[in-house]
Amino acid sequence: MDADEAKGETYEEEHVHVVYEQIASHFSSTRYKPWPIIERFLRELPDGAIGLDVGCGNGKYLAVNPDIFIIGSDRSSNLASIAKRHPPHSVVVADILYLPHPSRAFDFAISIAVVHHLSTSWRRVEAIESILQTLRSGGKALIYVWALEQESSRRGWTEQDEQDVMVPWVMRGSRKAAHAGEAGGGEDRTFHRYYHLYRKGELERDVQLAGGEVVEAGYEKDNWWVVATLRTVV
Amino acid sequence: MKLLTINFLTCARKTCKSTPASFPLHPKEAELEQVETEMNPLFLRNILPRLDWEAMRMLTTELGLPNLPAETPAPEELVVATTTDLDAGNGDDRASGPSQMARDLHVLLMETSIASGKLVCGNCGHEYAVKEGIANFLLPSHMV
Repeated sequence: MDADEAKGETYEEEHVHVVYEQIASHFSSTRYKPWPIIERFLRELPDGAIGLDVGCGNGKYLAVNPDIFIIGSDRSSNLASIAKRHPPHSVVVADILYLPHPSRAFDFAISIAVVHHLSTSWRRVEAIESILQTLRSGGKALIYVWALEQESSRRGWTEQDEQDVMVPWVMRGSRKAAHAGEAGGGEDRTFHRYYHLYRKGELERDVQLAGGEVVEAGYEKDNWWVVATLRTVV
Repeated sequence: MKLLTINFLTCARKTCKSTPASFPLHPKEAELEQVETEMNPLFLRNILPRLDWEAMRMLTTELGLPNLPAETPAPEELVVATTTDLDAGNGDDRASGPSQMARDLHVLLMETSIASGKLVCGNCGHEYAVKEGIANFLLPSHMV
């Protein structure tokens, strides 16, 4: 059986969406420092630029530049509620494959640590295409995904490792809850999220397949990233 | 969700996006609230020319709000020269500040928000729920 066959939307619902919904608040408390390349990308945009943050999580990139306008979206309504606290920006709940935005309308888009949660190769390409389709001519998308090659990280994966993995998220039980005798409150709980770890060159290939053109690409702290535009059809 | 945002939203269904009727979405049973935010005159000036003004006008009409001007306000309509008391003698006697129109637009676009209700696609009729100020565009599986 094709490994991809068993995956798809239902699989992601169980191994990605439900997990983020449950860990939203704890996850958010650990995500506050913007990564430098992303921060620079957002700061260098001209005042008044309008764009998207697809899979905005807790909205940490909505706090970077108040002179542009970002519509953030996330699949998790719990994360979207946390993300909405960043004026002048806005947040909606949406699926990356069904974005509720006009096509060819935006100056930029970012999608940080999102595309690697889609569980088939075809769905990842479709996700990137969905982002690129929102860009107007000359508009740029910055996309980050987790890398397979991260020998120096505590996970220690190398290019010989399996690319489709379940990554644990441990939510420490609070001592206070245990003391108060709340059911399950005192115990650690481990959740597993599905990731597709990208190999060197794979993100660029997916961008090509999605009808995009790679403007810039690189590796930063266990992640592959690209800046891409929508290829214009002549 | 502030009214400005609705100018950048359509139906999430792929089959609707290519039809003009899917934009703008139409509010239904909308409960409005004012969410106070600091005014950024430069932001307003930059964003206004990017709006689909006709869609913005349609939205405010459907919500029963005061009519917007017929055309997108020009940048010079957003500022007024404020003359300070010349007798104060502190040099700079002229400065510019946001005009009444700029203040009104700030209230309407940035502060007036849909707290709850629905946004309806003019093409397929699907209704997207807005709860606690957040619109939910997840489609039921039979619609994707």
